[in-house]
Amino acid sequence: MYDFAYHRPATVADAVRLLADPDAKAIAGGHTLIPALKHRLNRPSALVDLSGIAELKGIRRQGDAIVIGALTRHVEVATSAEVKAAIPALAYLAAHIGDVQVRNRGTIGGSVSNNDPAADYPAAVLGLGATVHTSKRRIAADDFFLGMFTTALEQDEILTAVEFPIPEKAGYAKMKNPASRYVMAGAFVSKGPQGVRVAINGAGPCVFRQAEMEKALAAHWSPEAVAGIRQSPEGLNSDIHGSAEYRAHLVTVMAKRAVAAAG
Amino acid sequence: MPQVTLTVNGQTHTAEVEGRTLLVELLREKLRLTGTHVGCDTSQCGACVVHVNGESVKSCTTLAVMCEGAQVTTIEGLAKPDGTLHPMQEAFREYHALQCGFCTPGMVMSAIDLVQKHPQGLTEQQIREGLEGNLCRCTGYHNIVKAIAAAAEVMHGRRSEIARAAE
Amino acid sequence: MNVVAPFEGIGASVRRKEDFRFLQGRGAYTDDFNRPGQLYAWILRSPHAHARIRGIDTARAAAMPGVVAVFTGADMAADNVGGLPCGWQIHNKDGSPMAEPPHPVLAQGKVRHVGDPVAVAIAATREQARDAAEAIAVDYEVLPAAATMEAALKPGAPLIHDGAPGNLCYDWHIGDRAAVDAAFAGAKHVVRLDLVNNRLIPNAMEPRAALGEYDRSTGEYTLTTTSQNPHVIRLLMGANVLHIPESKLRVIAPDVGGGFGSKIYHYAEEAIVTWAAGRLGRPVKWTADRSESFMSDAHGRDHVSHAELALDAEGKILGLRVSTLANMGAYLSTFAPCIPTYLYATLLAGVYTTPVIYCEVKAVFTNTVPVDAYRGAGRPEATFLLERLMDVAAAETGIDRVELRQRNFIKPDQFPYQTPVALQYDSGNYHATLDQALAAADWAGFEARRAEAAKRGRLRGIGLSTYIEACGIAPSAVVGSLGARAGLYEVGTIRVHPTGSVTVLTGAHSHGQGHETTFAQLVADRLGVPISQVDVVHGDTAKVPFGMGTYGSRSLAVGGSAMMKAMDKIIAKGKRIAAHLMEASVDDIEFDRGTFRVAGTDKTKSLVDISVAAYVPHNYPIEELEPGLEETAFYDPKNFTYPAGCHIAEVEIDPETGKVAVVNFTAVDDVGRVINPMIVEGQVQGGVAQGIGQALLEACVYDAGGQLLSGSMMDYCMPRADDLPPVGVATHTTLCTHNPLGVKGCGEVGAIGSPPAVINAVVDALRDYGVRSLDMPATPAKIWQIINGGRRMAAE
Repeated sequence: MYDFAYHRPATVADAVRLLADPDAKAIAGGHTLIPALKHRLNRPSALVDLSGIAELKGIRRQGDAIVIGALTRHVEVATSAEVKAAIPALAYLAAHIGDVQVRNRGTIGGSVSNNDPAADYPAAVLGLGATVHTSKRRIAADDFFLGMFTTALEQDEILTAVEFPIPEKAGYAKMKNPASRYVMAGAFVSKGPQGVRVAINGAGPCVFRQAEMEKALAAHWSPEAVAGIRQSPEGLNSDIHGSAEYRAHLVTVMAKRAVAAAG
Repeated sequence: MPQVTLTVNGQTHTAEVEGRTLLVELLREKLRLTGTHVGCDTSQCGACVVHVNGESVKSCTTLAVMCEGAQVTTIEGLAKPDGTLHPMQEAFREYHALQCGFCTPGMVMSAIDLVQKHPQGLTEQQIREGLEGNLCRCTGYHNIVKAIAAAAEVMHGRRSEIARAAE
Repeated sequence: MNVVAPFEGIGASVRRKEDFRFLQGRGAYTDDFNRPGQLYAWILRSPHAHARIRGIDTARAAAMPGVVAVFTGADMAADNVGGLPCGWQIHNKDGSPMAEPPHPVLAQGKVRHVGDPVAVAIAATREQARDAAEAIAVDYEVLPAAATMEAALKPGAPLIHDGAPGNLCYDWHIGDRAAVDAAFAGAKHVVRLDLVNNRLIPNAMEPRAALGEYDRSTGEYTLTTTSQNPHVIRLLMGANVLHIPESKLRVIAPDVGGGFGSKIYHYAEEAIVTWAAGRLGRPVKWTADRSESFMSDAHGRDHVSHAELALDAEGKILGLRVSTLANMGAYLSTFAPCIPTYLYATLLAGVYTTPVIYCEVKAVFTNTVPVDAYRGAGRPEATFLLERLMDVAAAETGIDRVELRQRNFIKPDQFPYQTPVALQYDSGNYHATLDQALAAADWAGFEARRAEAAKRGRLRGIGLSTYIEACGIAPSAVVGSLGARAGLYEVGTIRVHPTGSVTVLTGAHSHGQGHETTFAQLVADRLGVPISQVDVVHGDTAKVPFGMGTYGSRSLAVGGSAMMKAMDKIIAKGKRIAAHLMEASVDDIEFDRGTFRVAGTDKTKSLVDISVAAYVPHNYPIEELEPGLEETAFYDPKNFTYPAGCHIAEVEIDPETGKVAVVNFTAVDDVGRVINPMIVEGQVQGGVAQGIGQALLEACVYDAGGQLLSGSMMDYCMPRADDLPPVGVATHTTLCTHNPLGVKGCGEVGAIGSPPAVINAVVDALRDYGVRSLDMPATPAKIWQIINGGRRMAAE
């Protein structure tokens, strides 16, 4: 890696100040950033370690929502009694991110801010119609994910929490890339106060909602309702692990399985 | 140059590091604890797994500076001072769960964390899934899974010693 | 009196001695070593698959912080550094020798694959060396690349080496073409199949590393390296590359984290650090990053074949003809030319009585990483071809696939069996291993399991392979006549110390195989010395007289046999000493596991009595016998050894995703005498994991321009614990007839028998989809394509 200055602010305000430098980068669990730095893919002048900021931690029930602090690790979401009771599909998703060691360090804030097309959390955020809390404002899920590795966050804005409305039911299913174990195609479906939502991750350059499937499920919530819906391969990823056509097919399969998992 | 103070295998060290120094580099180069290994550069292989504050962590994907004040346990810190092996180490030997030994330190550390987090026991499938972050090219994992199951029995007090492998 | 208790001899599953250090983090792998004043090397590698080097500007790099030197191919040439040698010369059909282009340590004039080493930066820290390497400016003239064999052989293809027109290394053949053609002319059935044996990346868990040192006072060089064969490295590097006499060159292969063939090859980096250490007078260390390993470690396999099998009406094989293209990569590695010839084509009889065989092999240069041995080295390629052909033949003749094999098996009373492709098998019982495997896998009950799986919406299939392989390499004169440039004997020294403990010096090398325990078992069994008092030393040319290393499953068959011969000499000398001590005739002395006895009496002496006498020769036949009790033997094998067996795989396919799960795997292998059953099982399980990896998961992928698309473990799928089933391992023993131990070797059988068993099972699972040919890996996307296509076919 190229070397960098290291800061560990104690408050969000301090972190935001440090991140005003366009060459500074925030780090939480580090399991996306550090591998990239090791390959010398970027050259930040400073890393701003958010792990010392107490207000970014914690899972709490807030009315009809579960609010998860940005620095909450995947293993904490996976084993949280609150999450398991209110949104079991979210606990399931967290329990299947990466491997054990990734889950011991990776954070929801890091994952959602990064918006890797092959990551898991963006599907839950979009699929549940969550609200992203930042140091400046609140952003609805539909307005948050803008493109590959691109979100609505500004340079000096940090994600502080994600607020998930508690659904009536939700489910997640994914097909993993055999080599990287990242998502090749996944679906997070939910039915709740936000209506029926189907979020697809892994298959395209960014997580997206599958409108046709949402319509079908709203009419009749069942795996059969989505089984016949063909996802267009246009714009989907194609690589040595699978063509766009294969991914398109997997979208339907995973949506079906997610609905079945939701009950 | 930044400094970091951390406790490794019960001994506290203060070391001068760079911001970019990885925990595994601190362990291997500054502290000469070469039992923790580097097997890949994509954070997948698990040869570098150690315990930080009681949980398994890939030390190749952790900055040393982010371990300020942490309790770190490496493979060198498992056996008792009198040489008595940890049940997981004993089980690995009994069940021939290692061949070249390179993945072994990380495998053992991951396995201990896995067993500790499941006091009620683990199915074979759970063990296999729990090893997703540890690659082995030699054993085919068959004996590793058996060793972990045997160690779990002892670690959770259901047996007093590692069950002998069937001949 | 049996001094060995509990039983530690041959046949015992002794737990390993070496485990104590590995389990406590006290292994000593090459990157663990650090020397005072050590410098670090970073290799600059070509980003292009094929390019001319117009110039290299190292000035900026050399001036960077901490940098001590920056070297290029020109610096090495000026210092008379030779190219990396090839250890095997193959001849063409017309008798002319193969094309053998130079293989410079650092590129000279051209680069020929992505990853080709171009320059080296040496600095006080690894990061500084890397920074400097990034600052080296190379002016490349990019050339069109030939990334596949097809592209390389096309007329007008880019010429990779001036000395290899048409990018052809050799065009070789074996067998009787006329006899084969006649057999085909009279055949009832002819089965034709095109097959690919996919290129693999060995990826031992320890990345390669090398540490070079030079001692100014003695003029001695020391290389510590991740190698399977330190003496071979000393010979090749000393004689061919750096021109250092053996007496001034020490090579140490300490603990090595897996090899599987990828650490046989004498690599550029070994020469670079040794040479640089001499130039700079300081130790120089290089350690590969994993992504660097992907483009610099030898790759494996990569054959494209067309095969034809001729059968009569009863399914008896009349003849086999095969045409194979074998990828050498951009340069010849140490053993590459022999792998698709003498380790492949000579196995094409398999376990069958095929009377005539003809095989031609074209070895092709491409702009890819050099290919060398990888677990099985040629035999997995032969086995995959044969066992897929047999299943296709079964389908086309309507004869059951088990029955078809049985009809063609060499029978137990036909040994020694001379195949039509040079090899003579010594012993085996293919019916027995098949029957044992069928029973263990419950082959008979499969259809019920298929039906049950179908209810769950899964496609279940079962497949088998009956394989043989040739290992325990090799008889020196035989391989010499076939083009080998080295002998393939092995060396063992047994040093009995004055107070009775034993040191074994072996030319074999353990990088996971457990020799420190299993070789000690041989001594425990024969000389009666407890394992705790037997120390097995390997891997250091300063300690072990000579050796050819460990690969080709040769350690016990050849290395163990050398030890046995050395122990023969120890016992012979011991008997003479015992005769003197007990005042008897040497012909009356019997020896059994540590005790010398005067026949028919209870007069005995222990081995310790003898060794004390040998080193304190007061009461000793000093006129006839030298003091001391140490013997060395060189063992040159009389033949290859021929492990064989039957592997059965059972798979389930999720038709919606195409994912194949192996739900059961049974291996019954005949590896000859089993020294340590636990070790044998471990070797088979590990080999099967690699075979399943080849069949379902692993693919080294280049694009048309020669860029390595599968450049890390993010894209190259390494088998994980949840990809693999438990593997049931059993052995059936027929002894090797020509070595003292009766062992055949077990290191590679797992990777040889398993890929076709798995693919045959997948084809069986897809039987409703009319699958005839299926190349590896059978990834979910590939399987879904077949199923999806099939459904469409059915609908039309």
